Amino acid sequence: MDKVLLIFRREFAGYFATPLAAVFLAVFLGIASGMTFFVAGFFDRAQADMSAFFLWHPWLYLVLMPAIGMRLWAEERRSGTIELLMTLPVHPWQLVFGKWLAAWVFAGLALALTTPLWITVNVLGSPDNGVVLASYIGSWLMAGAFLAISACISALTKNQVLAFIGAVVAGFVFVMAGFDLVLSAVRPWAPDIVVQAVASMSFIGHFQRITDGVLEAPALVFFVSLIAFALWLNVQALDARKAA
Amino acid sequence: MVLVETRALVKQFGAFTAVDDISFSVKRGEVVGFLGPNGAGKSTTMKIVAGFLEPTSGQAFIAGHDSREDPIAARNHLGYLPEGAPAYPDMTVGAFLEFVAAMRGLSQARANERLAELAERIDLEEVWNRRIEALSKGFKRRVGIAQALVHDPDVLILDEPTDGLDPNQKHEMRELIRTLAPTKAIVVSTHILEEVEAICTRAIVIARGKMLADCTPAELLARAPARDPDVHQLVRTTRLEDAFRHITLEQAGS
Repeated sequence: MDKVLLIFRREFAGYFATPLAAVFLAVFLGIASGMTFFVAGFFDRAQADMSAFFLWHPWLYLVLMPAIGMRLWAEERRSGTIELLMTLPVHPWQLVFGKWLAAWVFAGLALALTTPLWITVNVLGSPDNGVVLASYIGSWLMAGAFLAISACISALTKNQVLAFIGAVVAGFVFVMAGFDLVLSAVRPWAPDIVVQAVASMSFIGHFQRITDGVLEAPALVFFVSLIAFALWLNVQALDARKAA
Repeated sequence: MVLVETRALVKQFGAFTAVDDISFSVKRGEVVGFLGPNGAGKSTTMKIVAGFLEPTSGQAFIAGHDSREDPIAARNHLGYLPEGAPAYPDMTVGAFLEFVAAMRGLSQARANERLAELAERIDLEEVWNRRIEALSKGFKRRVGIAQALVHDPDVLILDEPTDGLDPNQKHEMRELIRTLAPTKAIVVSTHILEEVEAICTRAIVIARGKMLADCTPAELLARAPARDPDVHQLVRTTRLEDAFRHITLEQAGS
């Protein structure tokens, strides 16, 4: 575990070594609040809740999480430092987990910076803070899932732009899994059970149940196991490149 | 004591065979030079020995540990300088070496002691707090060497340690390798032939993935063809160059 923390520390500091962190945080906060106030009409709704804020998170993350995750492995491969990393006496999963954790905590930091909105809502009215907290947890977990997918795809290439595009496309499939756009591509050839399975992968479906105030096991299990699976795939991708 | 051993290493990338049946061993105290044209398979062989790539077939051992079956134990005995001496550009020299030391499992006290020693020995004190991206090529190479030496390993694998250095820096690097040699098994790749004479106790010539020679530099010299005194040389070559050209071009012609 101490090796995981070492990787985490290096990687997390890496975000702040360049203007990347500041730019990302500004963009994240700008878009998140823009969506809340202008697109979702936070004030017009005249309701003391934060659903206008959380509503857009799947779409926001679809673009912004790959921007954090794309560099995790592609950058190491391009600069050659992956050779140092992979010849250190550590298990690949320690590297994979440490890197993902750094990206996830960074996403958590961005999310934490939106708490002034929470305070505002509490000043203006009396929201159900249990729901708000559940939504924050759900949103962070969903960000973790997007990041695990991004990291996994980043391990396949040394080109960050490719890693970004690949992660957006993969994320898009998960976001849209419950909608006809994806389901109609599956329905003609797959049995019903597969169609249902695909539909149940929907990020929006699971996230909506959480923001509706139901922080129940299935949605949590879904995001946690998706993260675990994507990180496992990430380790496999690294191993496959070794033998390639 | 044999510290590095490879047995019939083969590495194929698709239909291309980059490494073709390479077996050799290196004992403590030996400095083995990998010689060969560009793209001969030197780096690929080193990557396999270091455990970064897996061979298609064959085995590599570091201090008796199979690099595939027992990678952690093998890596604990290995210091590896990859081609181009990569390092994290956004870190300072000190932070980078501390990171490597911690990842290598050195205690804080031991790390401090080793890093102080290396900073002095490899002349890194003046750049200790500078970012790696701001360093000259020579310093970057030295950081790469320092990184490989942090845990005082038994085995050093150095992929072109003097590439891109000026003559003075080359000389310093060679001196460093010579002083490290008695206690370690060292494999160095190069395409500078004089380097082999300067630092190596043995030379292995690789071309097109195949091992063409495994002998002392003196024996390599002996393989140079006799010069025809009547033929005027447009470009003067050394005897070692003659031997190298003879061995590698003979294969290309056959």
